[in-house]
Amino acid sequence: MTYENISHFAQTWGLIYFMAIFACVLIYALRPKSRAKFDDAARIPFRED
Amino acid sequence: MSGLILASAGATAVLGLIAASRAVDPGFEMHGWMLFAAAVVAVFAIIRFRDSVIVDARAPEVGGVPNYNNAIIRVGVIASTFWGVVGFLVGLTIALQLAYPALNFDLPWTNFGRLRPLHTSAVIFAFGGTVLITTSFHVVQRTCRARLAGLWAPWFVLWGYQLFIVLAATGYVFGVTQSKEYAEPEWYIDLWLTIVWVTYLLVFLFTLAKRREPHIYVANWFFLAFIATVAMLHLVNNLSVPANIYGSKSYSLFAGVQDALTEWWYAHNAVGFFLTAGFLGIMYYFVPKQADRPIYSYRLSIIHFWSLIFIYIWAGPHHLHYTALPDWAQTLGMTFSIMLWMPSWGGMINGLMTLRGAWDKLRTDPILRMLVISVAFYGMSTFEGPLMSIKAVNALSHYTDWTIGHVHSGALGWVGFVSFGALYFLAPVAWGRKQLYSLRLVSLHFWVATLGIVLYISAMWVSGILQGLMWRAYDKLGFLEYSFAETVAAMHPFYIIRAGGGALYVFGALIMAYNIWMTALGRVRNEKPMGIEAAPALRAAI
Repeated sequence: MTYENISHFAQTWGLIYFMAIFACVLIYALRPKSRAKFDDAARIPFRED
Repeated sequence: MSGLILASAGATAVLGLIAASRAVDPGFEMHGWMLFAAAVVAVFAIIRFRDSVIVDARAPEVGGVPNYNNAIIRVGVIASTFWGVVGFLVGLTIALQLAYPALNFDLPWTNFGRLRPLHTSAVIFAFGGTVLITTSFHVVQRTCRARLAGLWAPWFVLWGYQLFIVLAATGYVFGVTQSKEYAEPEWYIDLWLTIVWVTYLLVFLFTLAKRREPHIYVANWFFLAFIATVAMLHLVNNLSVPANIYGSKSYSLFAGVQDALTEWWYAHNAVGFFLTAGFLGIMYYFVPKQADRPIYSYRLSIIHFWSLIFIYIWAGPHHLHYTALPDWAQTLGMTFSIMLWMPSWGGMINGLMTLRGAWDKLRTDPILRMLVISVAFYGMSTFEGPLMSIKAVNALSHYTDWTIGHVHSGALGWVGFVSFGALYFLAPVAWGRKQLYSLRLVSLHFWVATLGIVLYISAMWVSGILQGLMWRAYDKLGFLEYSFAETVAAMHPFYIIRAGGGALYVFGALIMAYNIWMTALGRVRNEKPMGIEAAPALRAAI
């Protein structure tokens, strides 16, 4: 495993891996189904004391 | 359980005695005695408070709400305020030393080189770190609706961290340092911090595990990222071999440019995860609480979190532009720094827009004003940072006072103000008072400190750019136009202005200390309510 191999792997598969995870985050945050869940989560600080 | 804790404290005392008696240098001997003294105090404290700590934790609920651990918040608020005042005072001292070098007193213990890390560690780790431990312990309890996990563990985290601060600070003054910026403590102090920090992580995780709220509130994500990442950064950057197991000197595992890159990977993420992610945890709880409305967009906060976590960790190489670091690595650092504009401004908009429809509260609530101006400073300094990471700009700004000004707009404006806002919020809650001693004094603190920051950063902008331009000025024959001493002389007036700004900031912190002290005593100042003079015509009409 040379330096070139590692940098090639990082620049191709690493990029895809990162973009895929970030796409998952966007889907998780923005899908219409979770609107109610997140509106509710935003009120957590007000439920106590 | 208390027996086991007592035995550990006793064993630590023995360890301290061994270290002190076998020490090969005076710094190590001093720290051995300090560890011994701290462990003996811990033994007595455990015996003295054993019953009350166990009894306090027993009741599942107090007054209809979960039995929160407020005692640790009270200690944390006092310790944070104390370290704030100390850290700012040392900062003022070294600012005056730069303007008037005679104030170094020609003594090794008081010279700028030793007091400067004392200042940075006192404000970042002592003040900032204690604020983070205190607020994270408060927020995780309240948003999980569960008492902080552990009987002794949270107390070990808070007091163990205080011991770390004292060991590190005394080490700097007496010359014990591994000379890595923001990672100056030597190997054995690093080991102590590792034990404390892992306990901190466990307390936080176990509290999350017993939460009565199905969703983990976003502030806790930021706190958890801060705790976990700081653990990783601390462990990797401090990999070193002690020259002697009974001595303070150690050698880094890395050498040359690898050492530099590891150091700036660490140090920039100390900014990213200690001073940003952790304090964003504070923002996401205290801004909504003080404004009394939920965060503008919870979805944006999720995207803010993940993009910040993804991008920040790569930005470190921008500290090493035009050095032996490979060019592609410098460009990578610059690119990721510029990408940080997106999460930074997303977060700032999220914080500021929480006030939509409630901007009038800024007139009557100086605590909210403090929190909001801190978010504005967050936006400003995180705009400036990526700008300075661009190689062409960095060629002018690096090694000049512009960097110092940038750091302080983030530290005094963002970290300082969001911490003050949180401490003002926590004081009445932790001591069970209806209100703060005085809102007028909060307002005074706000204006005094804001004026101090404006003086500080504008003086450093002018002085930094002046310095950068003078260094790169050539005459017709290609010789440097100015000698180094000439650039130093040119900066003198700005150093005086900067010290003036710092003095105002210290004064503001003293006002806060007084206000919090009086709140703890349960006093309320007899004063006109805030905002009453805002609309005299309207009042006359009524």
